[in-house]
Amino acid sequence: MSGSEHINRNRAVDWGLKLYVLLAYAFVFAPIAASFVFSFNSDRFPSIPLGDFTLDWYHAVASDPLVWEGLRNTLTVGVIVGVISTALGFGAAYTDYRYKFFGKQVYLALALLPPTIPVIILGLAMLAYLSRIDLSGNALSVIISHVVVCAPFAMAVIRLRLNQMDPALEPAAWNLGASEWQTMRHVILPFCKPAVFGALFITMAVSFDEFAVAWFVSGLNETLPVKVLGFLQGQVSPRINAIGTFVFVTSMTLVILAQLLLTGRGAKARLAAAGQE
Amino acid sequence: MERDTLVSFEGVVKRFGNFTAVQRMDFEIKKGEFLAIMGSSGCGKTTTLRMLAGLEAPTEGTIRLSGKPINHLPTWQRDTPMVWQSLALFPFLNVRENVEFALKMRGVGKAERRRRAEQWLDRMQISEFAERNIAQLSGGQRQRVALARSLVVEPEILLLDEPLSALDAALKVRMQAVLKTLQRETGITFVYVTHSQSEAFSMADRVVIMSRGVIEQIGTPQEIYRTPRTKFVADFLGSSNIFSGKVASVSEGAMEIDAPSGRMRLALPDTARRSRPVPGSTATVTVLDTRMGLSVARPADAVNVVPAKVIGEEFVGATATLYLETDHGQEIRVQMGHEALENLPVGIGQRLYAHWSPADGHLVAEV
Repeated sequence: MSGSEHINRNRAVDWGLKLYVLLAYAFVFAPIAASFVFSFNSDRFPSIPLGDFTLDWYHAVASDPLVWEGLRNTLTVGVIVGVISTALGFGAAYTDYRYKFFGKQVYLALALLPPTIPVIILGLAMLAYLSRIDLSGNALSVIISHVVVCAPFAMAVIRLRLNQMDPALEPAAWNLGASEWQTMRHVILPFCKPAVFGALFITMAVSFDEFAVAWFVSGLNETLPVKVLGFLQGQVSPRINAIGTFVFVTSMTLVILAQLLLTGRGAKARLAAAGQE
Repeated sequence: MERDTLVSFEGVVKRFGNFTAVQRMDFEIKKGEFLAIMGSSGCGKTTTLRMLAGLEAPTEGTIRLSGKPINHLPTWQRDTPMVWQSLALFPFLNVRENVEFALKMRGVGKAERRRRAEQWLDRMQISEFAERNIAQLSGGQRQRVALARSLVVEPEILLLDEPLSALDAALKVRMQAVLKTLQRETGITFVYVTHSQSEAFSMADRVVIMSRGVIEQIGTPQEIYRTPRTKFVADFLGSSNIFSGKVASVSEGAMEIDAPSGRMRLALPDTARRSRPVPGSTATVTVLDTRMGLSVARPADAVNVVPAKVIGEEFVGATATLYLETDHGQEIRVQMGHEALENLPVGIGQRLYAHWSPADGHLVAEV
């Protein structure tokens, strides 16, 4: 198998491409790796050669009540945003799948619009709007703003899954005596389950990371990324590296979970199908 | 034996925007029969089935099930399960759960559900796969799951939308036998939509032939095969030679037609007497390819003789089909056994005389 794959390939191009991918990843991950390495470094300022291995910065972070408050805000907001935007995203995706109506293109464009708006503008607009209706400066305002940002991601993920569904599946369930609600519960939702959980994790990760909009609207209920900026403005401390590493690991875990859910099941089914042909 | 009517279509019309998928359809489905609806794609056969299943609402007319109008009954309140072309099995449920689905939706208890599902798994010989995922099954096994899933509610009628189209030829024939046996044993009315003549003719008690939203003919396979009602049907079945021409004379029990290939005589059955053609009008005659004879010399006693030259031959098992062309470019097909063929020179370009008896000519309604 692998022999026949390579027979028509130019080795130089092959190596060139591999090198290119390697460099691209190095470029993206170098700052994160540096932050990770220096979070365990005893020196006050990031410098090479490295000092001793230490967990001091993690201790410092963990004993800071401000960090805990930020983390609590972030997690609360993240979970609530994940649930609400996944529900909204599912509704929007199902509407798109099931119905044809006048103005559907406009509806879709609007539903998918928020991530294309620059976050600064979105944050400012949110602040202006929410303060007018007396909702700015608390956790609720962050939740509302993040749902706006996250719901389109959930919709996109669930829409992909619905597009893979045999169009006869839903009418087949009706035909077997399932009402529309029963069909939703026993056919559509189980079919979309991997995508629904995938969307949940992705939207949580997006909310967890999001800084700009939260900075505008959070007021006193700052999320972790906003807190980090506060630290940076006051003093440069390797504590930032510790927090950064923690946020990165958390987000990546969520995203990888989502990836596994979204591709794992499909890959297994394809393998099974290939095995039996 | 006269059977009761189970379903009736009364003046049913279905339009999608400006497109009329089904035009003014009137026909009945009898209790316990195996009815095939046949036609090429876009003829309205699937739309007819979907209206019966409640997946489309008729634009006009009434569909009755056991005498009751069901036009506005949602599909989940009808007992009209359907076997889909894609089968539409639920991929996230295993075989048993698929079969139990309809019972679960109807609120049947767990133990009862399991018992009834077991019965059908057994009957369709798929018990051993009960705990498997759908993705692990072969095409034939999936077919059986789909049937069990639909039949588990023991409906009066089962709708089938080209369920065998994805199978290979050998499996298709096996499944045809399974379906036919199942239908006979259960006595459930089967409505089977297909574009395949061999499927329709080998299984159905009656066949409906549709074209462009219109029913062209309803009848037993034999009736349709021997006496196609319209030129379209004869053409669609492809087993008849079709001659069109002007009516030259009509007499008691016989008529003559002037076709480009020559004058033809055919017997007029009593049934045709009411709509007896008038001399000078156009008429179309069909002659089955199995009823055509061939000879090297012009047969002295034959009434209908057309000279033609051989353009090709095709072997199908025990018989062969010979294709000829008349001087006027009309194609003639003749089916004969291999013994008959051996005594005949059939090289390409060979001139032969095709002939048939007036009793084998069949007058079709001119449409």
